Amino acid sequence: MKFGVVIFPGSNCDHDCYYAIESVIGKPVDFIWHQDTSLNAFDAIILPGGFAYGDYLRTGALAKFSPVMRAIGEFANKGGLVYGICNGFQILTEAGLLPGALLRNVSMKYICKFVELRTETANTPYTNVLKKGQILRIPIGHGEGNFYADEDTLKRIEDNDQVVFRYLENPNGSLHDIAGIVNEKRNVLGMMPHPDRSSEAILGSADGKLIFESMVNALVSR
Amino acid sequence: MVSEELLTQHNLIEAEYRKIVEILKREPSLTELGIFSVMWSEHCSYKSSRVHLRRLPTKGPAVLQGPGENAGIIDIGGGLAVAFKIESHNHPSYIEPFQGAATGVGGILRDIFTMGARPIAALNSLRFGPLNKEKNKRIMEGVVGGIAFYGNCFGVPTVGGEVAFSDGYSQNPLVNAFALGIFEKDKIFYGRAHGVGNPVIYVGAKTGRDGIHGATMASAGFGEDAGAKRPNVQIGDPFMEKLLLEACLEAMQKGLIVGIQDMGAAGLTCSSCEMGARAGTGIELDLDRVPQREAAMTAYEIMLSESQERMLLVSEKTNEQAVLDVFHKWGLDVVTVGRVTDDGVLRVRQQGKVVAEIPNSALTDEAPVYHRPLMPPKSTLSGKLDDYSFLDGCEQTLIDTFLGDSSDYNHLLRLAVSSPNLSCRQWVWEQYDHMVQSNTMLGPGSDAAVIRIKGTQKALAMTLDGPAYRVARNPREGAKLAVAESCRNIVCSGGRPLAATNCLNFGNPEHPEVMWQFSEVVDGMAEACTFFGTPITGGNVSFYNETFGGDIYPTPVLGVVGLIEDISFVTRSSFEDAGDSIVLVESLNRLVGKVNLEEEQAVQQLVAAAIRDKLVKSAHDISEGGLAVALAECCFSTVHRGPIGAEVQIPSRLEVRRDVFGESSTRVILSTNQAGEVLKRARQVGLNGHDLGKVGGKRLTMTYEGERIIDVPVDQLEAAWRQALPEAVASVTVAAVEDRRIVE
Repeated sequence: MKFGVVIFPGSNCDHDCYYAIESVIGKPVDFIWHQDTSLNAFDAIILPGGFAYGDYLRTGALAKFSPVMRAIGEFANKGGLVYGICNGFQILTEAGLLPGALLRNVSMKYICKFVELRTETANTPYTNVLKKGQILRIPIGHGEGNFYADEDTLKRIEDNDQVVFRYLENPNGSLHDIAGIVNEKRNVLGMMPHPDRSSEAILGSADGKLIFESMVNALVSR
Repeated sequence: MVSEELLTQHNLIEAEYRKIVEILKREPSLTELGIFSVMWSEHCSYKSSRVHLRRLPTKGPAVLQGPGENAGIIDIGGGLAVAFKIESHNHPSYIEPFQGAATGVGGILRDIFTMGARPIAALNSLRFGPLNKEKNKRIMEGVVGGIAFYGNCFGVPTVGGEVAFSDGYSQNPLVNAFALGIFEKDKIFYGRAHGVGNPVIYVGAKTGRDGIHGATMASAGFGEDAGAKRPNVQIGDPFMEKLLLEACLEAMQKGLIVGIQDMGAAGLTCSSCEMGARAGTGIELDLDRVPQREAAMTAYEIMLSESQERMLLVSEKTNEQAVLDVFHKWGLDVVTVGRVTDDGVLRVRQQGKVVAEIPNSALTDEAPVYHRPLMPPKSTLSGKLDDYSFLDGCEQTLIDTFLGDSSDYNHLLRLAVSSPNLSCRQWVWEQYDHMVQSNTMLGPGSDAAVIRIKGTQKALAMTLDGPAYRVARNPREGAKLAVAESCRNIVCSGGRPLAATNCLNFGNPEHPEVMWQFSEVVDGMAEACTFFGTPITGGNVSFYNETFGGDIYPTPVLGVVGLIEDISFVTRSSFEDAGDSIVLVESLNRLVGKVNLEEEQAVQQLVAAAIRDKLVKSAHDISEGGLAVALAECCFSTVHRGPIGAEVQIPSRLEVRRDVFGESSTRVILSTNQAGEVLKRARQVGLNGHDLGKVGGKRLTMTYEGERIIDVPVDQLEAAWRQALPEAVASVTVAAVEDRRIVE
């Protein structure tokens, strides 16, 4: 089992994700440079938070053109686990691997704080150790986390049980309080909150670890 | 002959000009005049402060690098070291708050990674005029937004600091940025251009016309034309800086770099001549090779530009290509622009012609040094707020209510916690990413910020403190208080203070009263830092903080870094469990506005030992707003728990108002389930210890001489505390309404 953490120019949670996998859950992990195109060595890929390509033009808008994203698209199509956190989520929506878009927070300001999330489904490779309705304390840190999708898309992702996490108190204006969603095949997850910052009790919460452990579970039982 | 007007434009006086001619043995060219003017500016040369700064302690067992480099460095054991420094960006932040503050953060971060350290924490100390003026609000929103913009994108957690309001900062906000980085202690890099013949390499952003004469601007007061100086303010690009960080650290790890310095104030000029001067070498630059953003830039402009996100480095000739490869990988401009020579001269060529030729040492070590006259001011600030310094800068009605004869202590407590200097700063720090890098154990709002060090059991504590009102009242004592309080904050969070950095914000050094304040502050700081064993490893002096001729409060800001030997010692300021005892430990004699260093040390040693011996669950120093406000802060909700109550008796010294809200020094509130042992220890070392009461319930109640004078639900008090700042920001001031009328 091997995890990969993508480094785009401007990624800044790459080391945090690496540390969470290697030191907290103790699984093998390697960095993936944004110009790499071979992902054969990996079983799960994490797109970390940060400001890929400076978030110029629009968050994720430039990152989707980097060479690694084409490979990640193929990896996802083959059923590989692709997990975008914060900026990673923004990139996945820009790349079309997840529906919807992330707009600026309604406050028009960056917000960094702990929030509470309700687990909406345990039926994903990212939530299989959780129970539906379980509350997680995980921090956010973003200026563009306001989830938007048109009505048809929203209905579709709700009907398909694609909403994985919802905010108990909506911090950014996201429609339906959505904090994280999976694709239809349920192997690609994007979420704004940061489990990489909340996988150890000394950092204020270890709830984030449950998501990484679910991924390990899913990979083991394959 | 250079005209008087030209000299004035360059902030040079005639005597300085004569010295330039003497050094060069000829008249300088315009480019050379520009180079001298920035290097001899107050900002770069410390010409007014140097004779005083020598009195500060700079050495200690942990110090690996003191002042004079890009940042100070201390040894934290286990083969690791940390580099840290604080720097001001006051003047640019007044002219253009967002970019001024952003580039202040960018500059201090470069100072850290220039030395090879990865920045792992940022803090900032901010001072604004009161928010009932629209302009102050705009400045604050811009400054906070700029810090967030830069730090968040760069990926450094902004974990703490302070925000204060007072009238004197209305025309001159203070923006002091601190950063700290970590590295292996045998991998320190210096700004030294060693090795004759080695290539001098330029990396990072292209050079533009922005920020020309930024250093000279920072060395003059503002008149009514402050807005006209806006082109002097640089524009920041945190994404570029992030790439620069990664590329520089990669080149360093690969052993490709001989010396490196960032281009901050005075840009290419300062980095090249300082690197040459430190190594005793010369530098030759070919300006035609410098990446330029604009066409037809003159030598003067290229040498003085303060475009951001640029570095100058020297490598071995054999490693030149490898250096280029690393920076190309990160998509950065990298060009060899010159070489190291053996003649000690900074020689600049453009289009084949020598346009400047100046000995490096003339620009650095031989810069003018002034013994400016000192004189105590004829009048000092009124002492009527000595017991309640948090009221300084508040509206008169609030001050009158507090100093009046009201006995409604519930009301006074609510007023205190929602007053401008004591209210919750969440509106500010929620805009800062304070968790990136996943090390933040105690973030903003704590006595000190605490960052764990991955791969070890250790953590670092850091804090900033600038008690401006106290210093204005008595510069020497105020400076000692700043040191005492900073160290107390470190100790309360479980750390041992190791070293300090200072940012000395003062008025016009040509005013003898200002230089007297400066000299007194240096002496007070020197005495206290020596006493506590926290040498000053570097920092920054900011003079000319004045507008329309008025000097600001003398405002030294001290940053102290401490080591927490084991993360199990990390201690919060907030109460933890219902049923715990609340213990006050304080000095025997009540001192206001000054500090008894021996007693202060005794309190800190007691707290440190109690934490190590696992006797206490929380520790909070008592500061502005006194005992009642400190207790309230201990009760408010945190990321770990909701609000919790407390029932306490306030010890009486027969002056109820002062006993409840007075700000005497050297006091700490502890919560513990072993009160007897803590009190016994306090008695043994000759300190006062009081068992105040218990944690628990949902209300904060305080009894004084048998009478219950405060009884409030904690959640309501907390709401007042949390809402005050956002409400002040959102409220529409009279001035704003008038502004709008004018626009309409």
